[in-house]
Amino acid sequence: MATDVHGPVTAQPVTSQAVRVEGLTRSFDGRPVIDRLQLDVRQGEFVALLGRSGCGKSTLLRILAGLDRDIEGTVLVPRRKAVAFQAPRLMPWKKVWRNVLLGLPGKPERAVAERALAEVGLGDHADAWPKTLSGGEAQRASLARALVREPDLLLLDEPFGALDALTRIKAQRLVGELWQRRGCAVLLVTHDVEEAVLLADRVLVMDDGVIAHEQHIDLDRPRDITDPRFAELRAGLLERLGVDTAAEAA
Amino acid sequence: MSISHAPPGSSEPDISRISTSKAGPDARPDDHAPLDLVPLVPTSSRRTRVPRWLRRTTGPLVLLALWQLLSSTGVLTSDVLASPGRIAHVGWDLIDSGSLTSAMATSLQRVAIGLLLGTVIGTGLALVSGLFRIGEDLVDAPVQMLRTVPFVGLIPLFIIWFGIGEAPKVAIITLGVTFPLYLNVYAGIRGVDSQLIEAGESLGLSRWGLVRHVVLPGALPNAMTGLRYSLGIAWLALVFAEQINADAGIGFLMVQARDFLQTDVIVVCLIVYAFLGLLADFVVRTLERLLLQWRPTFTGR
Repeated sequence: MATDVHGPVTAQPVTSQAVRVEGLTRSFDGRPVIDRLQLDVRQGEFVALLGRSGCGKSTLLRILAGLDRDIEGTVLVPRRKAVAFQAPRLMPWKKVWRNVLLGLPGKPERAVAERALAEVGLGDHADAWPKTLSGGEAQRASLARALVREPDLLLLDEPFGALDALTRIKAQRLVGELWQRRGCAVLLVTHDVEEAVLLADRVLVMDDGVIAHEQHIDLDRPRDITDPRFAELRAGLLERLGVDTAAEAA
Repeated sequence: MSISHAPPGSSEPDISRISTSKAGPDARPDDHAPLDLVPLVPTSSRRTRVPRWLRRTTGPLVLLALWQLLSSTGVLTSDVLASPGRIAHVGWDLIDSGSLTSAMATSLQRVAIGLLLGTVIGTGLALVSGLFRIGEDLVDAPVQMLRTVPFVGLIPLFIIWFGIGEAPKVAIITLGVTFPLYLNVYAGIRGVDSQLIEAGESLGLSRWGLVRHVVLPGALPNAMTGLRYSLGIAWLALVFAEQINADAGIGFLMVQARDFLQTDVIVVCLIVYAFLGLLADFVVRTLERLLLQWRPTFTGR
């Protein structure tokens, strides 16, 4: 609990990689959930991580976030990284702008928080209590809290999972825009194949504790979900995940 | 034999209407019989003329009038219970002579010191055992054991230890206040959402930062509950402490009145105790309103 999570998990010289994982193993009660996993993420790359529930994708994200250090193997991550969880996890006893600045070194100005909130479209909610925000607004505030740290690596753990369909589309678009503006590497853990194909440069499928499949997405941005190539990629990935797409097409 | 719809023309109007409209050969979908519409009266116009506060004060006032009636007719003698008028008079005299105000000041001071000491000790112990695992191992078990001892039972021991001055009285109040605060603050600290702690860690908070920004604010609602319990117990402890060897304070006034069969003075003292309790509750409520306005369940204001 007292660990400095801003430091790299293992100190190593800087490379052009944003994430470098080699031979990572994480076991729960002797049963490996992540088993000698390899992963590289380039700087500024948007990577989506798919997988069935319980496949260890959230565990991997927690390890990269420095929240789980009960690991074997090499894990290199940037000093500046930020996480947005599935639940917004705002401190209910702090107003939104204080939540955004929480944990920043020094004494940051309120204007810093306001700028980050404006970037996610919450400029006029800086003085609100978290309880007054809607689900989508709270999630955007959580995103602002991650972005204000100017991360080189942004870790997103199913950040749209709890949102309703319309809010989710808006939030996905927002994340896409923010990523293009900031140019940070993003690792998005999700179980939504469409979301992965829509946002990522590269989609990884995790199974049995390793990266079982890799799919580069070369579609132009902004992407169109009605594009036949989009549907083809989506179908391919669904098949990888063990979902029978023929039944869906019928 | 099965129960069927009533035949047309039956004496049961509800069922017959439905069955005729269904079975009738001329029935068309738009051939509706005019509906009997019922106006929905807004609640505001249904409210009675008498305002709520007046209705709520009626009960106590009636009781008071009854009491006065019984006293003035001689059913209730002043040896048993003085009349409300007499009590008001005596209360005014006691305030006028300054003896009630000085007694109140003495009692308030005892409670304030006991509450302060108890809060510091209870919260301090809860922090030690809530925040550190070693603290839990060392502190929690003895506190849980001591908690089961009825604190009032310690009065004789405290008199031997501290004499008959202010010290044993304050000590009793302190002891009574410490345990509810300890239990609630400890439960509050341990009940803080682990997801929020993890979020705090991911934001780069240090251990002290986590305690300050996540754990302590998260434990605050429980701490306020503990404070409320403690206040209630503080008055109780005060009453016990002041009945023994007191030479000042409300309890002393009461003991003195008992010796002279002054039921009026005793009732005045009881009213003062109740009033002080209400005042303390009001202070905690105000504190909660100020400190816990972030709570989703908060409905005050």
